Amino acid sequence: MTLDVQGMLKAIDAIGETLEMHKDYLTELDSAIGDADHGINMNRGFHKVREKLSAGTYVDLGAVLKDVGMTLMSSVGGAAGPLYGTFFMRMSMKLAGLQAADTSSLAEAMEEGLKGIVALGKAQLEDKTMVDALTPAVEALKKASGNGAALAAALESAVAAARAGMEATTPLVARKGRASYLGERSAGHQDPGATSTYLILSTLLTSLKERV
Amino acid sequence: MVGILVVSHSAEAARGIVAIAGQMAGDGVPLDGCGGTDEGGLGTSVPAIVAAIEGLLARSDGVVVIPDLGSAVLAARTAMELVDSDIGKIVIADGPILEGALMASVEASIGADLDRVAQVVGEARDLRKLQD
Ligand SMILES: Nc1ncnc2c1ncn2[C@@H]1O[C@H](COP(=O)(O)OP(=O)(O)OP(=O)(O)O)[C@@H](O)[C@H]1O
Ligand SMILES: [Mg+2]
Repeated sequence: MTLDVQGMLKAIDAIGETLEMHKDYLTELDSAIGDADHGINMNRGFHKVREKLSAGTYVDLGAVLKDVGMTLMSSVGGAAGPLYGTFFMRMSMKLAGLQAADTSSLAEAMEEGLKGIVALGKAQLEDKTMVDALTPAVEALKKASGNGAALAAALESAVAAARAGMEATTPLVARKGRASYLGERSAGHQDPGATSTYLILSTLLTSLKERV
Repeated sequence: MVGILVVSHSAEAARGIVAIAGQMAGDGVPLDGCGGTDEGGLGTSVPAIVAAIEGLLARSDGVVVIPDLGSAVLAARTAMELVDSDIGKIVIADGPILEGALMASVEASIGADLDRVAQVVGEARDLRKLQD
């Protein structure tokens, strides 16, 4: 099984729906250690993304993800905008010209996306950010790809890794982003950005599984 | 002359800081402020920063961007990549936004170059207000 253009469009739409459903939850997480806008920001961004994608016709994955990235960059309004925007833009460069992605091309593209997030935001592991969910997910995807795993099975392991990474942010003291201004008081709360990363990946997986 | 762009989460803050800095620098220094989301809320807008940088580049020898915090820094970095111009003419400076903008404007007004103007934004960190 591969992820083709229709599959990607459907997945992005489903991600928009998931983020809409979890808008209040993400904002609540952000109200504990941030400025209470992460759900609102993500929702605003993906609403614009869905508008943009539904108005276009796409033949390659790169073009879809480029539009996702540019739209997020311009409309989210918080740190998540440039960060997720860069993630999708970097992925789009790796997947340019491809009509479908298999495990290995998706793993490579996501690794490139993660590199973009780190280059822009300079977060390291355990800084209590989205990087803590995305890094283990990319590692799991690469490992599965090396083992020749099918896409759904590979994503399954990536989602499990993202979930563990997300949960592990709770005891951490934030060293990047707004939460870092709280110092020790940021411990004891799950990071909103790590949570949206988990939601995005798990929705990609569900959407993919529904298609087969 | 070097131009200065203040990037805040708040449009009012950006406007106020530009006004305070501009009062000391006089009319010659290209100064602009950028703040809030496209919908008028608190936050940052990459396209607005791109437009402001391009506007300033058109009437200056280079632009020093002074962000307040968090996504203002990330959005400024992202905007730099999207600006259709020589990236060497844009510097993001790290320092207190109000004092930094004020000192940078004064420095720019005496004809200092891009790196020097960016440098004084950092030096503004050492300004003391409550000591003789
Ligand atoms: N430098 C960074 N590197 C990686 N992730 C980051 C960084 N800064 C913030 N984040 C992530 O972004 C999430 C917050 O996103 P949100 O959209 O709420 O932005 P914000 O922090 O409100 O932005 P702002 O800086 O405008 O206040 C955090 O939970 C964290 O996961
Ligand atoms: Mg926030």
